Amino acid sequence: MPEDVPAIELDGVVKEYLSHGETVQAVKGVSLTIGEGEFFSLLGPSGCGKTTTMRMIAGFEEPTKGLVKLLGQDVTDVPPNKRDINMVFQSYALFPHMNVWENVAFGLRRKKVAEAEIKQRVGDILEIVDLTGREKRRPREMSGGQQQRVALARALVNRPRALLLDEPLGALDLKLRQQMQTELKRIQREVGITFVYVTHDQSEALTMSDRIAVMNDGLVEQLAAPREIYERPASKFVAGFIGTSNLLSGTVDAADGDLLVVRLGEQDRILVPGTAAVGDTVDLTVRPEKITISTEQPEAGLSMVKGTVGELTYLGTYNSYAVALADGTEITVFQQNAIDSSTTAERGDAVWLSWRPQHSYTLS
Amino acid sequence: MRRWTPYWLALPAWLWLAIFLVVPIAAMASVSLTTGNLIDGFAQTFSVSNYSDAIAKYSTQFLRSLLYGGIATVIMLVLGYPVAYWIAFKAGHRKSMFLFLLLLPFFVSFVLRTISWGFLLADDGILFGTLKGWGLLPEGFHVLATTVAVIGGLVYNFLPFMILPIYVALERVNPTVIEAAYDLYASRFATFRRVVLPLSLPGVFAGVLMTFVPATADPINAQVLGGTGNTMIGNIVQTEYLVNSNYPTASAISFTLMAVLLIGIFIYARALGTENVLEAAAR
Ligand SMILES: Nc1ncnc2c1ncn2[C@@H]1O[C@H](COP(=O)(O)OP(=O)(O)O)[C@@H](O)[C@H]1O
Ligand SMILES: [Mg+2]
Repeated sequence: MPEDVPAIELDGVVKEYLSHGETVQAVKGVSLTIGEGEFFSLLGPSGCGKTTTMRMIAGFEEPTKGLVKLLGQDVTDVPPNKRDINMVFQSYALFPHMNVWENVAFGLRRKKVAEAEIKQRVGDILEIVDLTGREKRRPREMSGGQQQRVALARALVNRPRALLLDEPLGALDLKLRQQMQTELKRIQREVGITFVYVTHDQSEALTMSDRIAVMNDGLVEQLAAPREIYERPASKFVAGFIGTSNLLSGTVDAADGDLLVVRLGEQDRILVPGTAAVGDTVDLTVRPEKITISTEQPEAGLSMVKGTVGELTYLGTYNSYAVALADGTEITVFQQNAIDSSTTAERGDAVWLSWRPQHSYTLS
Repeated sequence: MRRWTPYWLALPAWLWLAIFLVVPIAAMASVSLTTGNLIDGFAQTFSVSNYSDAIAKYSTQFLRSLLYGGIATVIMLVLGYPVAYWIAFKAGHRKSMFLFLLLLPFFVSFVLRTISWGFLLADDGILFGTLKGWGLLPEGFHVLATTVAVIGGLVYNFLPFMILPIYVALERVNPTVIEAAYDLYASRFATFRRVVLPLSLPGVFAGVLMTFVPATADPINAQVLGGTGNTMIGNIVQTEYLVNSNYPTASAISFTLMAVLLIGIFIYARALGTENVLEAAAR
């Protein structure tokens, strides 16, 4: 495997559409590199340009500006049927007039692969996606999950350089979706093909991906591994979009080494890594599960804020507290139901919230 | 009983069919098996000689009708498919305008339209007369009263019935299925040949039925645009019925035509794979 040639490269890609006489920028300048064999996700809210980006990689849309490269080769002007890349469509787009076997063999037939080899490869891939014995079925005689796997097999059988999947599990119910997530991961490991996965579901992206590009309004906000995206969101948008996070805003009181001391209310003191001048206003974030809730003043060296418990929700494996600070900011705290399910505080109680300095981040 | 309600609601339709389809057909079947004439009266003899006589006497017109109808249908398919394709996939937001234009001729009566073609194609009419005047056409040139005029008239009159069902079938083809083919290494032509065309076959099937049957039985085009050598079976039925008052023969011819068409349709459906067609159409 050539180490340094990336499977896919986008270089300053822009896509403009003309809609009702107005130019709309669906993608506003995306550059990224996807490695061989990587499970790469494009994550973002609906309308942020994920599909457009993917369609440019597949060749269905030509970028207004920028380059698309496959294995180092510029393919910006190459049509989809000449690109060694296949796509799994959100609606599956199976050929309704063909049975499973014919659907899967379609690509190999077009590439004029010998009939004996087609037989072998179609048989093999149907086994991988667990559809052996269903060869003669028509798409509409199959469940959503099965159709999904036919779509996957139909693309994978061609052994493309990369597989593009546009919200492939969006139409499935929760149980099946989780099952297919595991399945997709297994199949990707088994075939070793680069997957580019489009989703608006952050938990899906976090569990499956090697790396995630979080997109917002036609731009990539952050490109990193799932853990980093979750633990160290680079922007307010990423912090808000991925999981539940608490956004706080305060004034820098002092700088203590590489820690900033940020003041909100009288007794509050937040320690956060970062660089800023005294007197600056900074935004920072902390995840609900990193916060400890107590009725006594926490030890020094921790960030601490004072508040009043509002809603208290029992959620099975954990309790969720909504705590209102003096300035009205609402903070969500998750408390694991560990030994017993008793709660630390009740609605209306005054509480201290505390967390370690390294669990909060300033946001740009 | 609740579950009978749908049947009761369908009753008017059943009555309609019974009164205007089944009764006349039964009556015609009975007439076709009578002998006699208008003056002496007709007697129900159950003799099939009407059939054998009619077929023997008018086999030329029978074959000519099937040939004209067939040629016209093929031409309509060749002309109509691209039009339907273009409207379905390329017309964009002006789709409905083009569909309306297709239907526009129906606002003028069928006979009137055919007659105006007669004017247009007349030997010294506005078209050929002018061209002859300019010396662009030889004096002896004519189209009216030829096979070309009759088949041309059939094509003109029935073309929308070919285009519309094909359009409907193409319109129902999911665009992402076409993209999927293109993504799976199919050329533009292979995408059409392997995906679009098979998925549009129910429309082609319907279009061919809706044009071949009326075109084969049509008397107007041959009467208005054809000459003495272009008589079709529809003209014979008309003459036998309205001019000669030979009801048994007219009925026998009609039944023979119906039988030939039904058998033809059956073979055609078999050849195209009815199962596939109906299955695809039922989607
Ligand atoms: N063919 C098109 N014509 C005009 N605007 C489009 C077209 N395709 C997408 N857009 C616009 O581009 C933006 C991004 O769309 P898309 O890439 O589909 O987003 P996502 O897949 O993230 O939901 C949207 O605002 C959408 O309305
Ligand atoms: Mg999308």
